[in-house]
Amino acid sequence: MRALDRKLLRDLAALRAQAATIALVVAAGLGGFVGSLSTVSSLEDNRDAYYASARLADVFATVRRAPEHVAQGLATLPDVAEVQSAVMFDVQVDRAGVAQPLTGRVVGIDPARAQRGLNRLTLRSGRWPAPGTTEALVSEAFAQARALRPGDEVHALLDGHRQRLAIVGVALSPEYVFAAAAGGRNDETTFGVFWIDRERLAAAFDMTGAFNAVALRLRAGASVPAAIGEIDRRLRPYGSRGAYGRDEQPSHKAVAQELREQRVFGIVLPSVVLGVAMFVLHVVLDRQVATQREQIAALVALGYENRVVVAHYLKLALAIAAAGIVLGLGVGHELGRQLTRLYADYFRFPDFRFALDAGTVVGGVAAFGAAALAGAWSATRRLLSLSPAQAMRPPSPPAYRPLLLERAGLARHVGPRVRMILRNLERRAVRAALTTVGIASAVAILIGGTWWGDAIDTMIDRQFAAAQPGEVFVGFTGPLGERVVHELAALPGVLRAEARRSVPVRLHAGHRRERTVLSGVSDDARLWRLVDAQSRPTRAPPTGLLMTDRLASRLGVVAGDTVRVEFLDGRQREVDALVVDLTHEPIGLGAWMDEGALRALAGDGAVVDAGALAIDRTREAELFAALKRAPRVAAVFVKSALIEYFRATSARNILIFTTVLTAFASAIAVGVVYNSARIALAERAWELATLRVLGFEHREVAALLLGELALEMALALPLGFVAGAWLARAMTGMMASENFTMPTVILPGTFAYAGLTMLAAGAACAWLVQRRLAALDLVAVLKTRE
Amino acid sequence: MTDAPPARELVFRARGVRKVYRAGAVEIEALRGIDLDVFSGEFVVLLGASGSGKSTLLNILGGLDTPSSGELRWRDHDLVRADARELTRFRREHVGFVFQFYNLIGSLTARENVALVTDLAANPMAPEEALGRVGLGGRLDHFPAQLSGGEQQRVAIARAVAKRPDVLLCDEPTGALDYPTGKVVLEVIARVNAELGTTAIVITHNAAIAGMADRVLRLSDGRLVADEANAHKLAPGELSW
Repeated sequence: MRALDRKLLRDLAALRAQAATIALVVAAGLGGFVGSLSTVSSLEDNRDAYYASARLADVFATVRRAPEHVAQGLATLPDVAEVQSAVMFDVQVDRAGVAQPLTGRVVGIDPARAQRGLNRLTLRSGRWPAPGTTEALVSEAFAQARALRPGDEVHALLDGHRQRLAIVGVALSPEYVFAAAAGGRNDETTFGVFWIDRERLAAAFDMTGAFNAVALRLRAGASVPAAIGEIDRRLRPYGSRGAYGRDEQPSHKAVAQELREQRVFGIVLPSVVLGVAMFVLHVVLDRQVATQREQIAALVALGYENRVVVAHYLKLALAIAAAGIVLGLGVGHELGRQLTRLYADYFRFPDFRFALDAGTVVGGVAAFGAAALAGAWSATRRLLSLSPAQAMRPPSPPAYRPLLLERAGLARHVGPRVRMILRNLERRAVRAALTTVGIASAVAILIGGTWWGDAIDTMIDRQFAAAQPGEVFVGFTGPLGERVVHELAALPGVLRAEARRSVPVRLHAGHRRERTVLSGVSDDARLWRLVDAQSRPTRAPPTGLLMTDRLASRLGVVAGDTVRVEFLDGRQREVDALVVDLTHEPIGLGAWMDEGALRALAGDGAVVDAGALAIDRTREAELFAALKRAPRVAAVFVKSALIEYFRATSARNILIFTTVLTAFASAIAVGVVYNSARIALAERAWELATLRVLGFEHREVAALLLGELALEMALALPLGFVAGAWLARAMTGMMASENFTMPTVILPGTFAYAGLTMLAAGAACAWLVQRRLAALDLVAVLKTRE
Repeated sequence: MTDAPPARELVFRARGVRKVYRAGAVEIEALRGIDLDVFSGEFVVLLGASGSGKSTLLNILGGLDTPSSGELRWRDHDLVRADARELTRFRREHVGFVFQFYNLIGSLTARENVALVTDLAANPMAPEEALGRVGLGGRLDHFPAQLSGGEQQRVAIARAVAKRPDVLLCDEPTGALDYPTGKVVLEVIARVNAELGTTAIVITHNAAIAGMADRVLRLSDGRLVADEANAHKLAPGELSW
């Protein structure tokens, strides 16, 4: 082995602590980047593969009741390749031992078609239901949440009749990849899908020879909007609620939204980590090579060519980066596997595979390789540009000058040691700035990755406490007379009951159109309220309608514009309505109107289809039992249970994200702080040793070295807070979805956590460096100037 | 110790060599027109106070630096117009350096520090032989930190001579050493000069060392103020200061 290569190995061994901290930075940056992006691409691959193999339909529609021949007629449309009709109802489900009423979507299937046609079911365990029975398959998410296995049973209220469903199997459907698909009000613990024999279900609901849901596959190249127009025309006489494409299919929409969020988190944050890690790698290697000034000069004096010297240091940099890259790929693979596993709890794909994305790996590795080479290159070239004679001498004594502080006449307020620290900082202002930026980036990353816990809390509070003060909400099997509110009020434990009317509509503005629900609000409603941007209750205008700002922006309208309202309740009517104002509910795409005005528009009298209850919590069990027996209640939504579920799942996700990001941010902080301190120690060993010889105590000298670090940290924290808030705001913008608006709220606890984590990382580095300082051999340091 | 060979060949020829450094707005004239001839096999001592320009001259002779103006040739090589690549080649093939602070690579052993040079040279001696010549045959595998200052300087000399250079340039080789150790180092340099016929130019501010030279040059304020042949050349052991 040549002597120069031996020097490389020895240098690497000597630099091992610093190299390890640099490698950790690289590992964090590359691991986060590769793991997150690969998770997104793996999820997309899994989804696409599942949709293809299960043959998810392109267009979906529900009607009130249509004869089967209408479905066959749809097959003759030019754009339509395949049609599959179905019967489905949302009903109350009772599971022994569960107090809360649960919601079930009961879907009638022909087992043969369910295995061959569109939206194929995948049987996960058990067997298919036998024809003519009430045997059922249950969706896997609900089965797991409620511990249902083949052999268990539930009871469902089928058209008001309590019916036993015997579970014989557990299944997956591409229509229910995401469990919470019923209007966003349910979760996998309160909403399940049950597939039973279609004839049996049709008989229970008087739907024999008819259907109320249809799924269609279009021919390749067909236009989805054109097909939807045709299908709507055919289905309108049967009470169509408007056909919609995959983009509005609830499960697909939820999956797409989750993937969009994951992509924002998975690309934005890791890209920031990647950028910071590259920056740190560059700066640290640049400084590290710069400390070898005299060695480089000696090599040149001995006759080594510049390119050999440059190559030597590039190899050093690459070796350090390579260790980080190998570690980073391992971290990325593990992170991706864990994230994918996390998603497997939400997304029900039959096959959940994680694979590192080759393009991301190549890009990430190339980025770090380039950053390492650039850092070593810049420092080596800079040193080689000095004449060897010049480089051989230690750098000329730095040109200290009185500080800004001192020129301002404030010198008498600080002692000589503080002055040394300040002068050193001022003289190496660029370096101090880079260190500060490095630490601040770590703080920002930590805040950028954890603030959304605060945002979710705020969003829940705003939506549920302000806009929906009611505690239990019920959906009826269809429109009922207004008197039902008295029946609700008479249920045990009910303190106040309100009911309201909601009509499925399609809003048109120019060529844009949106399907939504138009709800009636009354001025004396207490349990359902309209709120403004400050979460204060507001009133519906006597005429015209209100809509959320998100819906307005999708329609491209502002307050004062007129929209056309197409009723999708079976009566074919369209009216124009003025958009009076916009509301700022954080969740949903709702539209509202004064109760009386809506009634007048709908023209079917004083009917309601949903109720809200304020309850006495001590009598909750009694109320639930009564609701389970109420034949016209199709769905019950218990707000506290949903919030609890929401908080529990987000708390778990936040914990995971916080842990991972804390590790990454700490790696960056340690990489910056430790290397910065070690390099300062290497450069100033002579000066510090001199101070020790002059009689300074170890801790006094340590304070001089670490005081700089403390000041940089003090500057970096507020800077990082600001940058973190900015990052959070940028992410809010990128994640903004049609379904909700994430408020950019960062609570003091999040700032405190980020700040304290950085202080802990800084303190750990300071402790390690002061130990080195204590081990300094004073005589040896003073004998040679290296 | 004998006289220089009768047929002496001119190796260095300097005429009007000037070197100006710029430090901010200030110009420092380190060399103010040096005329100098050095012949093969000569042992030359360069004397002068701090700041007299001796290190600058030595660095320019060794191709570590280039003159601001004037002429300088090493045999048929023009050292003024040479580019960085040619200067590197010149140093690699013809020059051995010894510095006041040794400039050893701390992460390499004595043997490996010498190997650093023998890896490059066309016809080097073995590192062990070079170290043997400076009396360090028994400390081949010691790292610089495990050697005394005198031993480190002898490693530096071994590193300089291992490639059999034509000229050995020594900048204050005893400057960081005590009296007896300094003498040992000078003996090694004198022996290399005598046994290998290597031209040696040694910088010192210690006038006593001049006694062992063939020729003594005195620099003052960037000018060559004296150029004297030594009538009675002493062995290093005979020197005292």
